[in-house]
Amino acid sequence: MNHDTIDGAQALIKTLDQLGIEYIFGYSGGAAIPIFDALETVETRMKFILVRHEQGAVHMADGYARATGKPAAVLVTSGPGAGNTITGIMTAHMDSVPMIVICGQQVTWMLGKDAFQEADIFGITMPVVKHNYLVKNTNDLPRIAREAYHIATTGRPGPVLIDVPKDISQSPFTGDFDAEIDLPGYHPELDHDIDADAIDAAVELIKGSRRPLILAGHGAMIARADRELMELAQTLGCPVTSTLLGKGVFPETHPLALGMLGMHGTAYANKAIVECDLILNVGSRFDDRIIGKAHLFGRNARIVHIDIDPAEMGKMIVPHVQVIGDAKAALQALNRKIAPLDSAEWLEHLDGYKKKYPLGYRKQGGLRMQHVLDELYKFTGGKAIVTTDVGQHQMWAAQFYLNDESYKWITSGGAGTMGFGFPAAIGAQLACPDEDVVAVVGDGGFQMTLFELATAVIHKLPIKILVLNNHYLGMVRQWQELFFDDRESGVDLLGNPDFV
Amino acid sequence: MTIGITTTDKQPPPKPDIINMHTLSMYVSNKPGVLMRICQVFARRGYNIDSLVVSNGRDAQFSRMTIGISGAPDGLDQIIKQVNKLIDVIHCYEHAGQDAVVREMVMIKIVCGPEQRPEVLQVVDHFGGKTVDLTNSSLIAMVHGASDKVDAAVRMLGKFEIIETVRTGKVVMARGEQPT
Repeated sequence: MNHDTIDGAQALIKTLDQLGIEYIFGYSGGAAIPIFDALETVETRMKFILVRHEQGAVHMADGYARATGKPAAVLVTSGPGAGNTITGIMTAHMDSVPMIVICGQQVTWMLGKDAFQEADIFGITMPVVKHNYLVKNTNDLPRIAREAYHIATTGRPGPVLIDVPKDISQSPFTGDFDAEIDLPGYHPELDHDIDADAIDAAVELIKGSRRPLILAGHGAMIARADRELMELAQTLGCPVTSTLLGKGVFPETHPLALGMLGMHGTAYANKAIVECDLILNVGSRFDDRIIGKAHLFGRNARIVHIDIDPAEMGKMIVPHVQVIGDAKAALQALNRKIAPLDSAEWLEHLDGYKKKYPLGYRKQGGLRMQHVLDELYKFTGGKAIVTTDVGQHQMWAAQFYLNDESYKWITSGGAGTMGFGFPAAIGAQLACPDEDVVAVVGDGGFQMTLFELATAVIHKLPIKILVLNNHYLGMVRQWQELFFDDRESGVDLLGNPDFV
Repeated sequence: MTIGITTTDKQPPPKPDIINMHTLSMYVSNKPGVLMRICQVFARRGYNIDSLVVSNGRDAQFSRMTIGISGAPDGLDQIIKQVNKLIDVIHCYEHAGQDAVVREMVMIKIVCGPEQRPEVLQVVDHFGGKTVDLTNSSLIAMVHGASDKVDAAVRMLGKFEIIETVRTGKVVMARGEQPT
């Protein structure tokens, strides 16, 4: 294709293709037509998936990214189209998921004039994106797309939004297609320079520990530090608890694994947190759902916090040693300097807790969700990619569906977005066509995005949908039982459709 | 088997009742929306912006911002980190005490006929100020310097009838070889 005959939209699509974007999830509309047109006129390997609602598109891109570690693109129109992406973008942002969201926009000279389907999506999304752009010049499009990809995928990943006015996408592209990215305030290349003094301080702290504990978070998975984490745990003889999003980065069937910690975690992981004398946090942001009351968290422990995001240091918990940088690089540096700890007594003690307080459920009486999830685990051998929605079923799935591998457990953690599970499964299945993908959803969340059934059917996706239907918003009801004297308000979903 | 554990329930940290004033200096990309991103970091955490000075840097690709904020001191580190995390922010520092030169300027419009004029001018002169506008019934005095000096000038001129005052807000520059 000759450069001086292409327009902005074509330059944009061409750049996304060059970046290796595989899927675009989206929904068209007036302001986005030129970009959709470019999908027809530019030769590209990218596949477009037409969804039924823009929120579904973002969750699909999210599911795709959490199954692969690679970003997908979302393409929607201005105004309501862009507005419908916000919950999905927020969900991705909270859980550090890379994606590129492209919105059509009204023509430049109508911006700020309340034009048809004009929304200030640049302003609206600022707090929920890693970065965003309102494109003012057609010739900037390839550079901006490359910057967006770079920002989304490096450092602590996250969503990046590009708002493209219609005149910008329609104007001829006359610039330098290979213009270099220009981000003087962004330096992810430094993430692999681990401060040797910080590592030495961590090693000092580790040395005398008799009751060590590793807390494995999403950051360890994103950095693909699975092997380094295993080496750390095995060398030290250190048990490992993981966060909801860290599930799988350390195999949950391993003898050193304690399962998930926090509000919905195992008793033994939580007891370990209280009793340990050392917490090695690898890539967890100390979410409030895992620490409870901050001043009581890890009250007997010294804390080492490894995180790529300096702003996480001391945000919730002030660590004794902070190691800023990529988890893989940090663990490689750490592993070179550590020696086995005398932790036999501690491991034995925790095994006692595992035997005394196992996860369980009653098998008499009606069918219990835990039982269903336990059977799912046995049936799939733990090999399937599991996406979940948000609520009780999510937490029981986290407890009973053990993950031995990274990138196989896809769930909305920070944002707690109901309606996430099913569209995320579509994204994951497209990313991994040869894998079994199971969407574990509740009757509440499933109904929030079940219109994407059409999308799944059209693309003949063999997703298994497990609807755990109790005709209630179970987790809210649970809180009402516990904290609101059993007053059930607004949680009764009687009148559900027949899901089968 | 017993494990020797001494649980010391730490008291929750006392709620800070001091609202401190802080001066932050930022070097940022000169692009639309940058100020909005920074303001969101403050507003989300309940900090109020008391003063704000923005202008082009020597390299017009960048801007300088000096932002005076008030809020609980224990959240400040987090705010500085969150601001530094913004892609468009090159750096953000807090400057306090003797490490930096902090200056501001005020213009004060005063009802002032020929009778009061000598006394007003005497006060303005004392603070090293200037008269930048003069009519039969009013004048505008301009005073610059450290914030406490500007405060004092405003206080002293407050005994006359002030029509309005406009303050620039603080601008800051780090002393010596420290970057601002």
